Amino acid sequence: MLKFIIKRLLEAIPTLLALVTLSFFLMHFAPGSPFTSERGVPAAVLANLQAKYHMNESLMSQYFHYLWDLLHGNLGYSFRFTDFTINQLVAQSFPVSAEIGFWSFLVAVSVGVLCGVFAALRQNSLLDYGVMAFANIGMVLPNFVIAPLCILFFSIHYQWLPAGGWNGGAWPYLIMPVIAMSTSYIAQIARITRGSMIETMHSNFIRTARAKGLPKSHIIIRHALRPAMLPVVSYLGPAFVGIITGSVVVDQFFGTGGIGQHFVNGAINRDYSMVMGITILIGTLTILFNAIVDILYVFIDPKIRY
Amino acid sequence: MKFTKTLLASALLSTSLSAMQVHAADVPVGVKLADKQELVKGGEGEPATLDPQKIQGTPGSLRAKDLFEGLYSEGEGGKLVPGVATGYTVNDDNTVYTFNLRHDAKWSDGSPVTANDFVYGFQRLVAPKTASVYSWYAALAGINNAQNIIDGKAKVSDLGVKALDKYTFQVSLDHSVPYFVKMTVNSAMYPAPKQAIEKFGDNWTKAGNLVSNGAYKLDTWIVNEKMVFVRNHNYWNDKKTIINKVTVLPIKDSTVEFSRYQAGDLDVTSFSGIPTNRYKELLKTTPDEVKVTPQLAAYYYDFNNQQPPFDDVRVRKALSYAIDRSIITKYVTGVGEIPAYTFTPPSVDGFTAKQPEYAKWTQAERNAKAKELLKEAGYDKNNPLSFTLLYNTNDGHKKIAIAVASMWKKTLGVNATLENQEWKTFIDTRNLGNFGVARDGWVGDYNEASTFLDLFKSTNTSNNAHYKNAQYDQYMAQAAKANDPAPFYQKAEDLVIDQDMAVAPIYQYSIKRLVKTYVGGYKPNLEDNIYTRDMYIIAH
Repeated sequence: MLKFIIKRLLEAIPTLLALVTLSFFLMHFAPGSPFTSERGVPAAVLANLQAKYHMNESLMSQYFHYLWDLLHGNLGYSFRFTDFTINQLVAQSFPVSAEIGFWSFLVAVSVGVLCGVFAALRQNSLLDYGVMAFANIGMVLPNFVIAPLCILFFSIHYQWLPAGGWNGGAWPYLIMPVIAMSTSYIAQIARITRGSMIETMHSNFIRTARAKGLPKSHIIIRHALRPAMLPVVSYLGPAFVGIITGSVVVDQFFGTGGIGQHFVNGAINRDYSMVMGITILIGTLTILFNAIVDILYVFIDPKIRY
Repeated sequence: MKFTKTLLASALLSTSLSAMQVHAADVPVGVKLADKQELVKGGEGEPATLDPQKIQGTPGSLRAKDLFEGLYSEGEGGKLVPGVATGYTVNDDNTVYTFNLRHDAKWSDGSPVTANDFVYGFQRLVAPKTASVYSWYAALAGINNAQNIIDGKAKVSDLGVKALDKYTFQVSLDHSVPYFVKMTVNSAMYPAPKQAIEKFGDNWTKAGNLVSNGAYKLDTWIVNEKMVFVRNHNYWNDKKTIINKVTVLPIKDSTVEFSRYQAGDLDVTSFSGIPTNRYKELLKTTPDEVKVTPQLAAYYYDFNNQQPPFDDVRVRKALSYAIDRSIITKYVTGVGEIPAYTFTPPSVDGFTAKQPEYAKWTQAERNAKAKELLKEAGYDKNNPLSFTLLYNTNDGHKKIAIAVASMWKKTLGVNATLENQEWKTFIDTRNLGNFGVARDGWVGDYNEASTFLDLFKSTNTSNNAHYKNAQYDQYMAQAAKANDPAPFYQKAEDLVIDQDMAVAPIYQYSIKRLVKTYVGGYKPNLEDNIYTRDMYIIAH
């Protein structure tokens, strides 16, 4: 197992390097620069700005400079929020996204798996149709529709919840972002769980368990659930990263100050260091969670050995 | 330097200004104030910086107005109101301004605000080390040596500013700028706290480090969530300030901001806080909360004056005449915008541009003239003019572009293909002149016509229409030296629009804000210089 973990870590280095290189050059080749503004910047001022960000050097030199800083854990100054470094902005926004992500993930997994299991066990029943209808609606309803609907309902109409803000993550501020974030994931997880559970329930070892006269709850919990979870678990790795970093809409509608908005606006504003910083963060998280999923397999699927 | 005797007129002006009422919340008799004096307002998005000398754009300047105070501020209707300065004198050719500073102005750390803080602030603005993208403002104001310092050809200490004594600040200009005092309202010309900047370096604008001289000081700054200001009890007029805490929400999207306003999260929205599709409904349901006033800003289309067929004035005029501006402002934008036929908005202080001939015609007459001109230029329905209309990606710009293109098509048979580009790409394309017709907009930096008309000077970096006319440059140079520049502005305006139609003015923007009825002291002005220190919350 240790060998496997070390191997995965070593594999991560060239993957991340390729990601950094590709994003760095793609970003710099985009038309416009961080200093493009409606009002022409005086040449001398532009020269000073470029010097601050090493942009007066050749692209290759900037690239190596970036790698060197990266090795020292320095993600550079933001071009857009000039009073902040990327490290400071990530330190401020990542915990917000992580908290929304954590709760959304928890809700998505628990509700999604529960719905999927019940739908599978009552296949072609009213419950099954209901769950699947919900799942399909949840999947096609984007969160930029759910978010304003939530605000309309909970904040404007009933005034139960604040329409936005974060306030250090106090629970009334968490509810709507979590609903908006988790709905599509609940739907997706319910669908995967249902399909996988139906398949598992028709497999030979379940038939054997039934033939042995084991109680149904015992069959489901002890025997069916674990193998049925395999496709769900492999979906959860990237889904978790997506939930944490893909909060653009939630950030925008609820003004939570999460990291998702930085990513999109970073690209629009040509904030090279911001885009790079978040790309690296997402890349690292994706590799990390994929590795965690691989490790989880060992515990779920006895056939897998590393 | 020879300092000429102060003119009687300027002395009078100076006296009248110092006698004017200072900025503060004036609560009418009988109004009962709420126990909780806290205000939440829209912030137009997140500012890039809170450093007054580096601020560009409304998000930063909106916040700076609460945190800092310059020599002068603006009150209702754009009237100048003394800030740190109590008055000023000026020499006879408007090149040397001497400001008397109040002795009780203090920074939030308790230290006095002195003339040296202004010298330091002005020098920072142009210092190459600061690399301020707003440094051009000092050169525009004509401060001696500003451009040379920006270009690295002179030392920062050569800037035409000095502290005559602790409370007397003097600015020397390289040419006559009669409106210089109006320019001091801008955050670029605020004083700077040397003690904090030298102590904290790049981190001086962070909460806990920021030292400010305005009515408020920075308490919290969470990017993309909120900024919180609390009372600066060292502010010289603190006893007349009423609101204790200001929360600024950096919401950019007007629909999102509107829903939070409806939910009661905001007391005052940003200046674009009324979604177009809700305006009429709001006028019926909550008319007292709707505040729509003109803004010192122009929406227009650039013709690429250097590129055929737009180098032909007949083509430019035909296209401009065929735009029915009243349809745009009535049905497309529809929230208090004013159709524009001149470039300089008529509400600018000190100069009302004469309406050109074509403004007086009916739209039918304009259309007829447009057809005639385009035919003369060699285009008609059999040989239609075709080009691309470029705009930056935005729903509002798209609607206007669709409307204008269909007007051109219907009236002139012109085929305008719409092309949108995202902001930075768009600016690059426009700067390089790779377009035929492009969307443009300009917000005045100060309340004087030159902030608009300077744009068309051949050397102006924001002359996106690439208009070059020596006669125009001469008029603007004459205006800069004149004690009464208005006649030269009129000549310039006649030349660039009525005669040359370098751009097609479309409308003057409006400030569209929602203000809860329990918020008092909201004093709108053209430049949207709104200060929370003037406001108060009424018991409700």
